[in-house]
Amino acid sequence: MNIHEHQAKEVLKSFGAPVAKGVAITSLDQAEAAINALPGPLWVVKSQIHAGGRGKGKFIEKEAGEKGGVRLGFSKEQALEHVKAMFGRHLVTAQTSAAGKQVNRIYVEDGADIEKELYLSMLVDRETGRVAFVVSTEGGMDIEAVAHDTPEKILTISIDPATGVTAADAGKLSDALKLDGAAKADMNTLAPILYKAFTSKDMSMLEVNPLIVMKDGHLRVLDAKVSFDDNALAIKGRHDDILALRDTTEEDEKEIAAKEWDLAYVPLDGTIGCMVNGAGLAMATMDIIKLYGEEPANFCDVGGGAGKEKVAAAFKIIMQDPKVKGILVNIFGGIMKCDIIAEGVLAAVKETNLSVPLVVRLEGTNAEMGKKIIRESGLNVIPANDLDDAAQKIVAAIKGK
Amino acid sequence: MSILIDKNTKVLTQGMTGKTGTFHTEQGIAYGTQFVGGITPGKGGQKWTGKLPNGETVERPLFNTVAEAKAATGANATVIYVPPSGCAAAILEAIDAEIPLIVTITEGVPVLDMVKVKDRLSKSKSRLIGPNCPGVLTPGECKIGIMPGNIFSKGSVGVLSRSGTLTYEAVFQTTNEGLGQTTAVGIGGDPVKGTDFIDVLEMFLADDATKSIIMIGEIGGSGEEDAAQFLKDEAKRGRKKPMVGFIAGRTAPKGRTMGHAGAIVSGGKGDAESKIEAMQSAGIVVSDSPARLGVTLSQVLKG
Repeated sequence: MNIHEHQAKEVLKSFGAPVAKGVAITSLDQAEAAINALPGPLWVVKSQIHAGGRGKGKFIEKEAGEKGGVRLGFSKEQALEHVKAMFGRHLVTAQTSAAGKQVNRIYVEDGADIEKELYLSMLVDRETGRVAFVVSTEGGMDIEAVAHDTPEKILTISIDPATGVTAADAGKLSDALKLDGAAKADMNTLAPILYKAFTSKDMSMLEVNPLIVMKDGHLRVLDAKVSFDDNALAIKGRHDDILALRDTTEEDEKEIAAKEWDLAYVPLDGTIGCMVNGAGLAMATMDIIKLYGEEPANFCDVGGGAGKEKVAAAFKIIMQDPKVKGILVNIFGGIMKCDIIAEGVLAAVKETNLSVPLVVRLEGTNAEMGKKIIRESGLNVIPANDLDDAAQKIVAAIKGK
Repeated sequence: MSILIDKNTKVLTQGMTGKTGTFHTEQGIAYGTQFVGGITPGKGGQKWTGKLPNGETVERPLFNTVAEAKAATGANATVIYVPPSGCAAAILEAIDAEIPLIVTITEGVPVLDMVKVKDRLSKSKSRLIGPNCPGVLTPGECKIGIMPGNIFSKGSVGVLSRSGTLTYEAVFQTTNEGLGQTTAVGIGGDPVKGTDFIDVLEMFLADDATKSIIMIGEIGGSGEEDAAQFLKDEAKRGRKKPMVGFIAGRTAPKGRTMGHAGAIVSGGKGDAESKIEAMQSAGIVVSDSPARLGVTLSQVLKG
């Protein structure tokens, strides 16, 4: 789960990280009070959407002006103009679709005197199985570009879970970021604070880009992007405070519905809807569709223990996508019984008045029973023998061959 | 021969009285596996009762702790079906009891819980398979986990995979080709896990009965690349077996998690193409289609 920048800063602040004063607004009539609550002389007006690259983004609407999603107000009036220009408009960034994302909230923040911009992020390093800091002196930039062009400027420091962040770790971070004086002293406290926030809130990613050294020599978290481990959030009572920060207006409707049914669903750009059990097989099914010349409309893993209702729900979610011109159901039943899948599919076909071709491949436990149920249903369902056969049949069917 | 488990393996079930634990213990017993007892805190001294597919009723002793169960039964393996909230604690308990093989099926264990587990594991004598995996199966001898036993046949192919259902594809196809399997190992789809490709490849290379290997990876991380490097190094020492591979997720978009917590291309790392390239450079024949793993292996073996 992702949260907004202002929420991420609130979380980090609660652990003692240095962030600027700021006020988030969710309607235009809150704007003046928010601006008046900050001393100036510089107001930073920031669009809050769940996508990076906001500063370099561009609004679709002409009324929003040419500037990006993060703007500087050098007076209260100018700050208010920026809020009015961006609020409710659609911001397109490198991480959004071409349609952009509507800006439904704006964060107005106290400006900072920036001396130096640095990069700091935290993640779970898969190779070591430990939480790691990733830092670079090249702050404020696209870190993937830095990693590509000048990998020597990125340093990874993994933390021993038995000890947490040690003084030596903090020293390494300061050295890597070429910090001295007040900034170096700040890092000695900031690194353990961030580690504590990361581990106690089950973050999967924390990115501070940039982390700044201010003119007074101190560090400040100028931007913050946080994602949480969905597995941890799914455990009842573990992070109710974080769950309360969820903003469903940032999520795809189909993804929200899928989450309610505990389905792994990712919308894609193609035309063939997929329903599969198992993440690996679901990816492989997408791949094989591509291999035969078409594109998948989604990734959908119904999981190992899906019943009839869950299968029907998955089917309906896939059908909600207007791009879908055909559906491929691919099940290798281990725990899952193919006859139950078949019944779920047929129920959904009847209920949704399915109007596009449907290919069903069933293998594994009770496969023969499942195939029989489909054969004898009298519905227009194309049976397939294996994954190759299934992919070829659905591609041929949507091409009208 | 086989790897990890055989007919002498004595298995405990942690979370035995839950629905999933009960069902798969019944399936395992029906397959012929020696399930010797289970752990459900608070139910120690009671009996677990299961019903096999043939209608036969079976009973096993229940224990409050893994240590008690191990002392009473001589178990040398445990399988964990405990829900995510208590899963890490269950693994740690098995580590403390020095169970040599811990197979964790549970999906949805928080990754930071696994960071703690991995640290303790590195200081222990136990091997962990999983979490979020289908388990381990040696045909005709021992089935730990949730793999469907009926698609297996005894033979010469070692199967290892990050994906459950793709493991079944490889097993089913090698059965249909008449090759059969020595052991199939699902290492699981989580980013931080107990056992990675290299550990299992080492065992398959050392196992005389394993004549060839199918390795199935997916996007995310660098386990496949590391495995390819390992195979290259071993080949230089004269250890090499015919291998077929597959990587799922060629069409997956960047930055999105594809079902498995570990299946994500991020920071320009973990994409399918680099994995396929690495595997090919190590002499693995990588199939474009997951439907042709068995056929491809037969062709490789015929030269």
